[in-house]
Amino acid sequence: MTTRVLVPSGVLGLGFSERALAQAMQLKPDIICIDGGSTDSGPAYLGTGTTKYSRAVCKAEWKLLMRARHALGIPLVISSCGTCGTDSMVDWMFALTREIATELGQHPKVVSLYTEQILSQVQNAFKTQRIQILEPEVPLSENIIKQCSHIVALAGREQITAALNCGADIVLAGRATDTAALCALPIANGEHEAAAWHGAKIAECGAFCSTNPSSGVVMLSVDQQGFTIQAIADDAFCTPHSVSAHMLYENANPHQLVEPGGTLDASNATYTAIDRHTVRVEGSRWETAKQYTVKLEGARSRGFQTTILALIRDPHYVKNVHLWADKLRAFLVDQLQTRLDIAPDQYSLEFRIIGSNATFGALETKTEGATEVGVLGIVTSSTQALSDDIMRFANPFVLHYPLTVDEPMPSFAFPYSPAETSRGETFEFCLNHVMRIDDPMQVFKLTQEVL
Amino acid sequence: MPSLLGDVCEKIRSKNAGPYWITVDIFCGGSKRFNTVINALQNEQIAECLQLPVAELRRFDMPELFAIKVSFARPIVQGSAGDRDMHGAQYAVLIAQLALE
Repeated sequence: MTTRVLVPSGVLGLGFSERALAQAMQLKPDIICIDGGSTDSGPAYLGTGTTKYSRAVCKAEWKLLMRARHALGIPLVISSCGTCGTDSMVDWMFALTREIATELGQHPKVVSLYTEQILSQVQNAFKTQRIQILEPEVPLSENIIKQCSHIVALAGREQITAALNCGADIVLAGRATDTAALCALPIANGEHEAAAWHGAKIAECGAFCSTNPSSGVVMLSVDQQGFTIQAIADDAFCTPHSVSAHMLYENANPHQLVEPGGTLDASNATYTAIDRHTVRVEGSRWETAKQYTVKLEGARSRGFQTTILALIRDPHYVKNVHLWADKLRAFLVDQLQTRLDIAPDQYSLEFRIIGSNATFGALETKTEGATEVGVLGIVTSSTQALSDDIMRFANPFVLHYPLTVDEPMPSFAFPYSPAETSRGETFEFCLNHVMRIDDPMQVFKLTQEVL
Repeated sequence: MPSLLGDVCEKIRSKNAGPYWITVDIFCGGSKRFNTVINALQNEQIAECLQLPVAELRRFDMPELFAIKVSFARPIVQGSAGDRDMHGAQYAVLIAQLALE
């Protein structure tokens, strides 16, 4: 048989063509799957357990998908709810689903898959050597685990299948691998396992594997020999090149994809054009792992930040801006110590020169020739109050600091008032590890409710 | 004047591959250009512009796509103090500036 997976877009919140969704609904999909998250926007979302995307846009798009699901009578799955996939974000998505169901008069069975980990259990796994480090090696200790505000384990296709097997109309999954939701039903239906994983990787960003990424909608059809991928919008085309090139996307190794239960090897896959919209892929291989592992993601606080932005147009200062910023920083460090008794080890302070080398830092090869520059000051310390106070102290000097004692006091441009901005808590990713588990459901939890 | 990699190739993109890796995809756009680039582009050049030891680069030459992939561990973990490019998307510009002798 063939199992058809409708993927409306790469992530909920990014938008897709409603016309293409309607066209895809005519092709008899067996399931609708969409991703809700990624680590790609940084550690703040996992650190705080919040979403990157606006609630309003998520609601508008989820409503279209709940309508489509209801009309077709097939399951709808979202994985990595609310960017980071914490329990709080599964609950956020559940509240959104309940709100929409009430508005539409629907009564779906909703299964929630929770993937957040209890810190003490992760510490215990670390102590009993059930946590393995990945490349590149980052240090881990029980103390680092304890400092995490959230740790999630990435679910694979086994946990998504367990959720579907509850008779779910809608699955709200916490953090999962990009591919897990898309390949779960095809594999459960007995389709070609490697093709299901490979197809899931190709379709996980929606129409990114086509010539028109913003159209969003693709159909992944997996059978017992391989898969076909079809870009649905009239102006979106899949070619062997656009499809095979997507194996490279956000993947350090272009041929392999490591998943909880094994590894996809796509190095011998063949890509054949069926028509302008559709490509057929066969020949990928799947190697089942001896040990089932799940990847962990964790984020911990690294203090609180305050920033300041000044604009410099005076040609003399633009030309000498790096010297100026170095002198200003040294002056501020000295003044903070001598006048306010704030030692350098209580904070970090840096100035990045926008218009010179703010993007690349020491790697930049061209630093001359700007008309104007922005000076972005960033201070980080253990409390927001301290960071705010350091930046308030710095404010008049960022505005008026002269390059030499012999020249008149300059004044630069502050683009808004107040010039300093409290950025709140800042986080860092601190796990690049997998955890060995004996049963795929061991560290995951399912709940279900008919709305 | 040596030509620049970015002028020879169809497209160069870079992106995070998870929080700990950056991956750069160099699409040459045809077999002639691919052959020119794989012969001219030295790993040492790439490592130098990234200020990394050459052994830290993982390079994949893919003739079927006329593409070259270069992956390396992020010098600063994504989003940690001192990171300047959350998505790693501008590294492509550095690579595009490399001169092909």
